[in-house]
Amino acid sequence: MTSRRQFMGQSAAAASALAFPLVGGAQPKTVKMGVLHPVTGALAYSGQQCREGVMMAIEDINKAGGIKSLGGAKIEALLGDAQSTPQAGAAEVEKMNEAGVSAIVGAFASAICLATTQAAAKYNLPHVVDVGVADQIVERGLKNTFRFGPGYKKCAEVAVANLHVLNTAAGKPARTVMIIHEESLFGTGTANLLARELPGYGYDVKEIVKHANPTRDFNNIVLRMKQVNPDIVIPANYYNEYALLVRTMQQQKVVPKAIYSVLGGAASSYKFVKEFPEAANGIIDCNHWFNPRDKRSLELKKRVEAKGLFFSYEVFMAYTAMRLLGDAIERAKSTDRAAIIDALNKSTFSDHIMPYGTTQFVNGQNMGAQPLMTQVVKGDIKVIIPRDYREVEPIFPLKA
Amino acid sequence: MFDLSILFASVLNGITTGAVYALIALGLTLIYGVLHIINFAHGASLMVALYGVYFLKEQLGIDPYLALPIMVPAMFALGYALQRGVINRASHGKDENILLVTLGLSIILENLALLFFKSDTRNIETAYTLTTVSIGPAMIALPKLVSFVGALVVSAVLLAVMRYTDLGRAIRAVAKEKHGARLMGIDVDHVYAMCFGIGLACLGAAACFLLPAYYVNPLVGSGFVLVAFTIVVLGGMGSFVGALVGGLLIGVVESIGGLYLGESLGQVGIFAIFIAVLLFRPQGLFGARA
Repeated sequence: MTSRRQFMGQSAAAASALAFPLVGGAQPKTVKMGVLHPVTGALAYSGQQCREGVMMAIEDINKAGGIKSLGGAKIEALLGDAQSTPQAGAAEVEKMNEAGVSAIVGAFASAICLATTQAAAKYNLPHVVDVGVADQIVERGLKNTFRFGPGYKKCAEVAVANLHVLNTAAGKPARTVMIIHEESLFGTGTANLLARELPGYGYDVKEIVKHANPTRDFNNIVLRMKQVNPDIVIPANYYNEYALLVRTMQQQKVVPKAIYSVLGGAASSYKFVKEFPEAANGIIDCNHWFNPRDKRSLELKKRVEAKGLFFSYEVFMAYTAMRLLGDAIERAKSTDRAAIIDALNKSTFSDHIMPYGTTQFVNGQNMGAQPLMTQVVKGDIKVIIPRDYREVEPIFPLKA
Repeated sequence: MFDLSILFASVLNGITTGAVYALIALGLTLIYGVLHIINFAHGASLMVALYGVYFLKEQLGIDPYLALPIMVPAMFALGYALQRGVINRASHGKDENILLVTLGLSIILENLALLFFKSDTRNIETAYTLTTVSIGPAMIALPKLVSFVGALVVSAVLLAVMRYTDLGRAIRAVAKEKHGARLMGIDVDHVYAMCFGIGLACLGAAACFLLPAYYVNPLVGSGFVLVAFTIVVLGGMGSFVGALVGGLLIGVVESIGGLYLGESLGQVGIFAIFIAVLLFRPQGLFGARA
């Protein structure tokens, strides 16, 4: 609500500024940045977390002297609300374009990102995707679209390969798998990838269950689970449903050898671990995660927590996406859209808190992007794989 | 394909879920039956009640079940005040206005919740949240069992009030013929407000039973309200017994549908029933009048 009103106000201000262009070639004082997320509707929690991450990055960039190659120009955010639907997201892109933004960062959900990147492409408007794991986002040949983080194909491959490593090291106790996923692009796409990869490693995918958002009751799914009795349960869904699913499993006393999530909405969430320490214990997740060896990530975590928020993946993904854009504008030495796109294409951004190394975009995808494997251990989330970032030894299987 | 024990557990789960649906639908059917309005703010009111229970637990440490004597009167008062202070005044006696007013109320309530409570999904943790009870081969979560019993008790109380008290008679009289009731000296505006109050009080009770096994966020009501509408139509608009039976039936259909067809497709059963009722028995299972 407020965001929309603010956005309207800012748009009006921008429109009046455009009507009276400044005379002369003075350096612009600000760089307008479209910050677009689903801050209302079903995805509001994640959207608000993302917005927080972007705003903190803008704050940091501005505090450190703004864009130095533009004479210390400050970044000015134009907030937009995608209202948890692709249509609303695309409409906001139109408004932001009218308002003269230099780039857009957003828009969390895969389905929304598909629409917003496409809408922005019409205006050659650079769009950095902060989360949006569906690979279609970067596979349509859109020149304006860049994704810093990994896609779900990469995540599914890493997850399956690592599951096999863990299982082999433990003497192969696990053989059967049940996948539970949400019904939109993200969950369905991830589940399909997993179902394709797993048999190649000798796993038997016994059952794939799809559910709606929201799902009010997971008893039936857990009853099916009881019948199937899988060694490994793989959930791929958003926070609320994930939490309800794991709680129901606990109630119905279903204890598989591992709960092994791929991009699991709650499995690597501090909020979940705090609220349901018992249910969360031992869960493994293959998800976006920060480099735990980088001190700055822990500082950022403290700052976020000081605001009374959880340091969820949305926050640090959106934060780094904005830092990437800030770096690109710095290199572009211009607010011109084509120049920023060019700078992103050539980006070697490496001063960040993610375990991605030096940035290198190929067709809009950052090639070094990778998920990390985490496990909930004693009320905290620790990295178990890969070894370079390992904080604790993995526990697998959970029960013999 | 499924073990009988699993089928049994699914039916049991459906019945317990259905009881809470019934409680929510009872409020809706009462408001429809008497005021002849579809209360679009029903879901938002449930959300308000859930937040009430949540904050009583988190701020004051009051157990959700012990919050019943607070939440039921509080929601009643809210309903009474809303009907008398807002809905009745803004409607100017026109039904289509009431429809829009309740729709507007739901939008306002949901966005106020978004503003003050954020979109964060909140749970409460109680000692019995994860406790289960064995019934034959099935395990049922204790909070669901309590909500089932609670919903039956509340329904019975409501039925008794409607049947045996002066208020109940007045409500029935207004529902049948409001001009006649007014001529008999019944304060129709008061009865309207009482109905709205009782309707929301049902939600207060439902919220207390629901929260230990569920969660709350500003949009939580919408998931329930669609099901509640279906139950009201299925049971017969304005019929209490219909709402109760309809609620249990929908709960079981949803549960078994979910078991056999998957959680997404399982809801098909609910809407298939909805359409079948509209086609073949438009007055509903227990509806006297169309």
